Amino acid sequence: MMPLNYYLILSAVVFAIGVLGVLIRRNLIVVLMSVELMLNAVNLTFIAFSRYLGSMVGQVAVFFVMAVAAAEAVVGLAIIISVFRQRQSLDPQDMQILKW
Amino acid sequence: MDLATLIFFVLAGLLIISSLLVVFLRDVVHCALALVAALLIIAIFFVSLHAPMVGILQIMVYAGAVMVLFLFVIMFLNPTVLERPRALWWSAAGILVLLLGGLLVPLFFNNEPPGDPVASTELFGSPEMLAKSLFGDFVLPFEIASVLLLVAIVGAVVLAKRERSAP
Repeated sequence: MMPLNYYLILSAVVFAIGVLGVLIRRNLIVVLMSVELMLNAVNLTFIAFSRYLGSMVGQVAVFFVMAVAAAEAVVGLAIIISVFRQRQSLDPQDMQILKW
Repeated sequence: MDLATLIFFVLAGLLIISSLLVVFLRDVVHCALALVAALLIIAIFFVSLHAPMVGILQIMVYAGAVMVLFLFVIMFLNPTVLERPRALWWSAAGILVLLLGGLLVPLFFNNEPPGDPVASTELFGSPEMLAKSLFGDFVLPFEIASVLLLVAIVGAVVLAKRERSAP
C-alpha cells in the first residue's frame, strides 16, 4: 500500500498544472477544462484521505464536488456561448466591458 | 519495488503527462481528449483507493456527460483562432505556479500523516456505505445539491437561448 504522502503530492502537482492552465491559456474553453482538472486533483485528495482515515465522509464530499462541478461546467459553457455570440471571440482578454 | 508501487508510479506519470497536455496542446479538441485521459486515470486511482462507486460516477459524470458537453460546445463554436503566445506572461505564470507547487509539496512532509491505511472491511466504499452516509448524515446537502442542479439547468437554458429581436 502506498503512503498517503504520494497521493497528496500527486494531486498537488496536478492542481498546480491546472492553475498554470488557467493563468496562461487564452481560450475560455481550455480555461474551464483546467478548472475541471483542479477540481479533480482535490477529489483525489479527498478519496485518499477517506481511505487512509477509514471514513466515508470524504467520498460523500467528492460526490457533492462532482454535482457542483457539473453545474459549474454547464453554466460556464452557456456563458461562453453567449459571450461568443456577442463578440466572436474566446479570448478572455476581450472581455473587458466592466474594465474601468 | 513491488507491483502496486510500480503501477502507482506509471499511473502517476501518465496523469501528469496528460494534465500537461491539457494545458499545452494548441488544438482545443486535443486538449479535451487529454482531459478525458486524465479523468479516466483519476477514476482508476479512485477504484484502487476502495472507492469503486465514486470511480464509476467519475467515468459516467465527468468522462461521459461533462466531456460530451465540452465537445458539443467546441463543435458548436468551432474556435479555429490560434492563441498568440506571450513570453513574459508565460514566464510570470510559470514562476507563480512553481511557487504554489513549492508551497504545497513541503506541507505534506510537515506532520506525521497516517502512514498505514485503516484496515478496511469488505464493505468500505461500497454503494451501500456511500448511500448510508449520503441519505443519513448528508441528506440536507443532498437535497440542496438537487436544487442547485435544477438552477443550473434553468440558468444554462436562459443564458444560451438566442435572443429574439423584437418582431
